[in-house]
Amino acid sequence: MLTALLILWPAVAALLVLLVKGQGAKKVAFGAALVELLLGIWAWVGFNPADSSAQYLINLPWIESAGIVFKVGMDGISLLLVLLTVFLLPLIILSTFKHNYERPSSFYALILFMQTGLIGVFTALDAFLFYFFWEVALIPIYFIAGLWGGENRIRVTFKFFLYTVFGSLFMLAAFVYLYFQTPGTHTSELSAFYQLVLDAGTQSWLFWFLFIAFAIKMPVFPFHTWQPDTYAEAPTAGTMLLSGIMLKMGIYGVLRWLLPVVPLGVSQWATVAIVLSIIGIVYGAIIAIRQHDMKRLIAFSSISHVGLIAAGLFTLTEQGLQGVMIQMLSHGINVVGLFFIIDIIQQRTGTREIAAMGGITQKAPFLTVCFMVLMLGAVALPLTNGFVGEFLLLMGVYQYNAWMGAVAGLTIILGAVYMLRMFQRVMFGETNHITEVFTDLTFTEKAVLVPLVIMVFWIGLNPNTFLNISEPAIGQLLNVINR
Amino acid sequence: MTSLILLSIFGIVNLFLGFMKSKKVLMPMVMLFLAVSLGATLLDWNNPQTYFNNMFTMDNFAVGFTAVMVLSTLFILPFSSKYGRDEDGNLAEYYSLMLFSLVGGIMMVGYENLLMLFIGIEIMSISMYILAGSDKRNILSNEASMKYFLMGSFFTGIILFGVALLYGATGSFDLTTISDAARNIDAGNAPLLLMGLLLVLIGITFKVGAAPFHFWTPDVYEGTPTVFTSYMSTVVKTAGIAAFYKLMSAAFGGVYEQWFPTVVAITVLTLLIGNIGAVAQTSMKRMLAYSSISHAGYLMIALTSFNDRSENAILFYSLAYSVATIAAFGILKYVADERKSDAYEAFNGLGKTNPLLAFVMTVAMLSLAGIPLTGGFFGKLFLFSAALEQDMLWLIVVAILMSAVGIYYYFRVIIAMYMKEPAGERITVDALASFTLIALVVLTVLMGVLPDLFNDLL
Repeated sequence: MLTALLILWPAVAALLVLLVKGQGAKKVAFGAALVELLLGIWAWVGFNPADSSAQYLINLPWIESAGIVFKVGMDGISLLLVLLTVFLLPLIILSTFKHNYERPSSFYALILFMQTGLIGVFTALDAFLFYFFWEVALIPIYFIAGLWGGENRIRVTFKFFLYTVFGSLFMLAAFVYLYFQTPGTHTSELSAFYQLVLDAGTQSWLFWFLFIAFAIKMPVFPFHTWQPDTYAEAPTAGTMLLSGIMLKMGIYGVLRWLLPVVPLGVSQWATVAIVLSIIGIVYGAIIAIRQHDMKRLIAFSSISHVGLIAAGLFTLTEQGLQGVMIQMLSHGINVVGLFFIIDIIQQRTGTREIAAMGGITQKAPFLTVCFMVLMLGAVALPLTNGFVGEFLLLMGVYQYNAWMGAVAGLTIILGAVYMLRMFQRVMFGETNHITEVFTDLTFTEKAVLVPLVIMVFWIGLNPNTFLNISEPAIGQLLNVINR
Repeated sequence: MTSLILLSIFGIVNLFLGFMKSKKVLMPMVMLFLAVSLGATLLDWNNPQTYFNNMFTMDNFAVGFTAVMVLSTLFILPFSSKYGRDEDGNLAEYYSLMLFSLVGGIMMVGYENLLMLFIGIEIMSISMYILAGSDKRNILSNEASMKYFLMGSFFTGIILFGVALLYGATGSFDLTTISDAARNIDAGNAPLLLMGLLLVLIGITFKVGAAPFHFWTPDVYEGTPTVFTSYMSTVVKTAGIAAFYKLMSAAFGGVYEQWFPTVVAITVLTLLIGNIGAVAQTSMKRMLAYSSISHAGYLMIALTSFNDRSENAILFYSLAYSVATIAAFGILKYVADERKSDAYEAFNGLGKTNPLLAFVMTVAMLSLAGIPLTGGFFGKLFLFSAALEQDMLWLIVVAILMSAVGIYYYFRVIIAMYMKEPAGERITVDALASFTLIALVVLTVLMGVLPDLFNDLL
């Protein structure tokens, strides 16, 4: 019941928010997101980490004639992502408190509605249900970015939407094909897909159908071209949703719906996928170094970081997959925090140009500390969350192929280059006429950043809290893959 | 069968209602007629009956499609309320023509005999030729009527020629007899039979607006008054595709191998021309015309797959497509009347001035594009499933690529409505039309969330 509640509550709350007139909508939305957070914590408390199977299982008939069921549940992998979603969403909503968006009730209703889609994606155990939620998560973000974004929002978000739908249609085709391979009266349940025995040729093309869908979402090079523009044009809350949570849908999709379903396809194409991912690591980092706009810099750095996660996915080692799990959390936390800080700086100074800043440290020590912690988390300094994830991921890639591991390792060096360079130019040095009047964080801003900073250290110092949750599920997943 | 008789009587009664001074009574009466006919249709559920010496059957297939057509008409009517206020005095006649054309439509889905099919097509089409030209002072409407009439009669002739050849090959108009003959195809008669089949196929392809005989669609749709365009693109298409399906399954199942390549070629061509043609349009109405071509293509996928799933899929898709299309045309009518243009630009900022209209339009566009939470998604899913069961992966890949193209032009409307500055003042919509729009949205979402309520009927 808890899973259904987690899925349904944001949708119900979205309808409630629609009824609220004016800027009160944000408070109602924030309250609803907090309730969802409590539900998530409740699920965490009652979760049995030793059990590798799906818990809080709900299995209701949905489209009986076609054998499609409303089957949702959470194993460790799902739980972590659900927790990430319910943790970030209130912070994302809180981060928008100082903005007075036009038509606020629609804005916040869309955010909550998207949460329904996201939780649905992370818990669905039926292929069509998964697809269903996948698209449900997509529509709100299209409107969020398209309605409240920057100048080029229409062209940019449209490109993003076309890309994603194009990919997901291929996923749908693959699912329908798999559905017909299930014996007897067909079923689209995940467990039935896991039991399928398909020949290598079929798995080979199925791999690409599924890979394209998920790779576009992550995004993996060369399917990334929608990403920097969309991140830059979307309102900051939209960018946070996209980078913090939504791109995890792609990674999760690979983990849950690609690797175990077409393992032979994976063994044929893993090298190609990893090479593409590693190209993305280096390419994203190099372009990030050249950026003048802070938001675009973080957007490209995200391509680089996600590239490493993607590479880890296809190593099929326990370290690699555990690294994927923990890095998904870390990346979500860091990137949301960084985008928020950029938004704060933009609010105060009216620009995102790195060259225009300087000396903010003198004016805003609290901001500096938060920014530094998050930045160091992003460049994977030991004791921060990024280190744990990147270490495990690099270990996984290294086990797969030492050379690939070496090239992938460039992410740490290059990451330090662009992050520290940005930090230095923005925060240190002399103040100028723009940063002269810079003020430190307000209470609301602190309320967003402090939990993120705490999480950076929590994961960095005691990653086992989270690794233990996903470990049995990852083990189980590897069993399915190596069956 | 009761619905057939009732609609004929109602059509005549309605003509007499036209003598009344007040035109206000007409629409409520016609809606009542339709509601009664819908009820009568549903009474025939699970009670197959044959009439007119085996020339007409009211089985579940016919009941299902009749219900979709009558329901569609019922939904279309509220958008014609503006006509009641016009100086135009022929409202009763227009409504009667719609009712008569429905009678033709029912004959097209229940026929057991090619003569019945032919008569059905004629009854339906002749009414439509007149309705296409009902905006008499508009030169485009005249052109539409003329074009539709000339083309339509030409293709009716082709069908008739085909029917004659089939009679020559099999000695009967009866579907069962033709089917038997086709199964045990006699080498001497084979060319005759196949030629006859090809000609009938060409004729019906024209009626459903499938490529390469689609060229009339954009012009006729554009010129026809929007309410009747809406009727044309939903009811006429549903009747045509159901007749098409029935013809191929009941009469020519035995020569599947022979007609399969032709039908697949038509399907692919229709998908390509419909979708790519729609991208190039600047007028919303012409876009919807091309979109209706493309949907004929999706529906025809069920013809090529041809298994026990496809019948259901085609019915479900027809309903989902009709509901969304009626909503789209209904809103288009309001916007075009108010802003004197049916270009995309006329929709600019509708989200600000008329949130309800914009929302309904969004749901309709999402449904036509096949996005989840709408009936259009499951429509496509069921059609694609039917085809994939038949291992036609390549065809589905084409359909998927074309669906992605479809998103481009359907979303242009959404972009115009929400992301551009308003093109005009708030548009007033009367209560009945607003209510209908809400009902259409509810139905679309219901089909998208609980498709089982509508699926698995046949």
